[in-house]
Amino acid sequence: MFEEFKWLPDQASTVAPEVDMLMLFIVVVTVLITALVTVLTLGFAVAFRRKSESYIPAPWFGCIPLEIGWTLIPVGICLVMFSWGVKVYSNIVIPPADAMEIYAVGRQWMWKIQHPEGQREINALHVPIGRPVKVTLTSEDVIHCFSIPAFRVKQDVVPGRYSSLWFQATKAGTYQLFCSEYCGTEHSRMIGKVIVMEEADYQKWLSEGAESGQALQGRKLYTKLQCVTCHTGNAEAKAPNLEGIYRKHIPISHVDGVKIKEGTKVFADDAYIRESILYPNAKVAAGWESIMPTYQGLVTEEELLQVIAYIKALNQGQTPPRTEETPTPATIQNKNPNKEAN
Amino acid sequence: MATVGLESKTFEKFADVVGHEDDSNYLSHDHSVLSWLFTLDHKRIALLYLVTITLMFLLGGVLAGAIRLELLTPKGDFLTADTYNKAFTAHGIIMLFFFLIPSIPAVLGNFLVPLMIGAKDVAFPRLNLFSYYLYFAGSVIALTALLLGGVDTGWTFYTPFSSTYSNSYVIVMAVGLFVVGFSSILTGLNFIITVHRMRCPGLTWFRLPLFIWGIYATSVVQLLGTPVIAVTLGLLGVERTLGVGIFDPRLGGDPILFQHLFWFYSHPAVYIMILPSLGVTSEVIATFSRKNVFGYHIIAFSSIAIAVFGFIVWAHHMFTTGISPYAAMVFSLLTFSVAIPSGIKVFSWLATMYGGSISFGTPMIYAFGFLGLFTIGGMTGLFLSTLGTDIHLHDTYFIVAHFHYIMVGGAIMGYMAAIHYWWPKMTGRLYSEFWGKLSAGITFIGFNFTFFPQFILGYLGMPRRYYEYPDEFQVLNVFSTAGATILAVGYLMPLVYMPYSFFFGEKANSNPYGGSTLEWTNTTSPPSPHNFEKTPVVTEEPYHYHGKEAAVVSH
Repeated sequence: MFEEFKWLPDQASTVAPEVDMLMLFIVVVTVLITALVTVLTLGFAVAFRRKSESYIPAPWFGCIPLEIGWTLIPVGICLVMFSWGVKVYSNIVIPPADAMEIYAVGRQWMWKIQHPEGQREINALHVPIGRPVKVTLTSEDVIHCFSIPAFRVKQDVVPGRYSSLWFQATKAGTYQLFCSEYCGTEHSRMIGKVIVMEEADYQKWLSEGAESGQALQGRKLYTKLQCVTCHTGNAEAKAPNLEGIYRKHIPISHVDGVKIKEGTKVFADDAYIRESILYPNAKVAAGWESIMPTYQGLVTEEELLQVIAYIKALNQGQTPPRTEETPTPATIQNKNPNKEAN
Repeated sequence: MATVGLESKTFEKFADVVGHEDDSNYLSHDHSVLSWLFTLDHKRIALLYLVTITLMFLLGGVLAGAIRLELLTPKGDFLTADTYNKAFTAHGIIMLFFFLIPSIPAVLGNFLVPLMIGAKDVAFPRLNLFSYYLYFAGSVIALTALLLGGVDTGWTFYTPFSSTYSNSYVIVMAVGLFVVGFSSILTGLNFIITVHRMRCPGLTWFRLPLFIWGIYATSVVQLLGTPVIAVTLGLLGVERTLGVGIFDPRLGGDPILFQHLFWFYSHPAVYIMILPSLGVTSEVIATFSRKNVFGYHIIAFSSIAIAVFGFIVWAHHMFTTGISPYAAMVFSLLTFSVAIPSGIKVFSWLATMYGGSISFGTPMIYAFGFLGLFTIGGMTGLFLSTLGTDIHLHDTYFIVAHFHYIMVGGAIMGYMAAIHYWWPKMTGRLYSEFWGKLSAGITFIGFNFTFFPQFILGYLGMPRRYYEYPDEFQVLNVFSTAGATILAVGYLMPLVYMPYSFFFGEKANSNPYGGSTLEWTNTTSPPSPHNFEKTPVVTEEPYHYHGKEAAVVSH
């Protein structure tokens, strides 16, 4: 019990020392204030203890300089903490543009991690040292929270949307990965390990037993789910060409079936692509009929991430030819009256 | 310097003047059970609440004991995971909704508001009794939910877990909370109107005791905040039973919306718990320092300020949910604003003690304990309003420690101070000062022993609501559990010596501590059923010890 004990948490990311410095600052300030209050309380209690039952002390109604002092000094201290806190917070939440991307899906009660190179793991996250890593997160069921104390980062994992966190590990080793948002019976077992490796070891690990890359798996889904039937990328297309759209501003014409102002654009990020697959009617690209069926219930969160990885990688002229080998899923046929016209 | 002595003999003499035979006070004028169950007397209703919430506190305490026992070892061995989750859910719900929220407002507010403002009763005595029965009904429904099998959602009921995934008695519990919420709303309404309409002649707003200001601010929060939680629980019920998509994304809802609605009430609810304790502390420190409260107006307004700021800081519970970073910054800044009036209060109390004539009765010892724990609770709040540190500390044991310092260290120490301070007035008896001070000391030490290690646990990264935990966290958890046993002793002692004093304690005079407010100067201990012989007329500010024999003339 005592062997494992330590007073301070591991400090294994670039933001960890910043958080700890800020923490130390607040500890020093609050300990000083608490000490002041304690000393004054005990000091006054002793100095002004009741010496005579008949003594009535003189009243003291107020003292403007004193009151201004104990209002403005705390205001100043708070503003310093606030500003410093915002600075550290910005470093915690804004990922560098060149961060490598990893995807994680939470469910009761495990973490499923996908690397773009195709490696998949459960309750473990292998990352290289010295490279910024952005983890895109979503949940299949309830709210979870992806928390790595050694990195001082934490992000709720909310069903129905993507959130993300980033870190850059600075020390090789194995660290705790916790779910820190209560998620049901086995909440305390929804834990894993973050393994920080030297770059060479990481590359070796990536190549070991990897299935095909995440985007390649997405490409298979692209044909299997019949995306390619309409999003053909050529003149016969019944739906917009998806080549090169990732992180572009796309003009849209309808939101939830309601026509909106011309020229409105939407930023085609992971969240927009996810939304367009699950709720095709939510934001319809300008110039296209809203004929796409919903894929809700037909595609898992993990598969969605693979499709997105594929669309992300899809460049000019790369849309695969439509193959008839994979039949249209029956559910889609039933749900979409326009299917025959296609 | 004041030269005119205010001897405690003055009060004894006063007691002789207005003293009555025992059978004429509110406790003894009618002994029948029905006279208690259907009483419209605010003082008797206060005692009904006292007995009920004490039972709830015991139940919540037993659950806390079970939680601490489980956490003694890293592996799950005492409870099953499911039982553990239901235990901390029940602990939270019972302690918050059925003990802390009604504690000072419903027990001492009911007892004292009319006495302190020179009124015969609250504005709506029947509504007051109805509030008690709503509370009682809500308790019965909540206990039914526990007996049926419990609820495993945590007291926060986060969706979509609570609305779709949990297989426990969420709806029954939600109905219980909905009902008890109306008890809180109606009590708040009753107090607001009582304070507005029923103050005795001469009792202007700035002659009100600071306890009344605290209760008034609390009542406003109860009245404005509680309907939001009632509606939120209603929406949760609609989604869970009818499948209407409000919070579950699979039904087109937004789970974060629930958190906004929930915390819009539940953050102000923290101030429902702490504001009355702040008022109690002002009363106790003034009386035991025999001195006016320093900066009376500022303290009164700071209670109102805390109540108002309480409504605009809710999203600091949601910094890690992925809300906009700009929203996070705004809420961080607003959260700091709560620190300022809280700090002003603490410094003003110190200035009140400065130059006073301080005696160390049990209530004052509890008030010292309150000062210490409230200060640590407030100071650790700064770590959580600061965005850079909150991300790491969020949802860890640091949070658990912080809110226990405020809500147990602060609110319950304040409640204990209040119960001990007004006990002679409520019962006409004196409890043992020795046992009182001992329990205050043991509670203070046990409390710190229990919860201080949890700050370190949180910084080390231990998430809250964990049934099992990695081995490296065990040492501090053992400390915490050991502390909890000491704390339990501290809380159990008053349950023995207070009831004992009720039957066998020395008789109290009308003002044993030399208080200056109307309940001490103008009523007997215990008061008569109609409180005052003659309607008091107030001619001076409260806490007017200096240069006068008494602050109030009553003839």
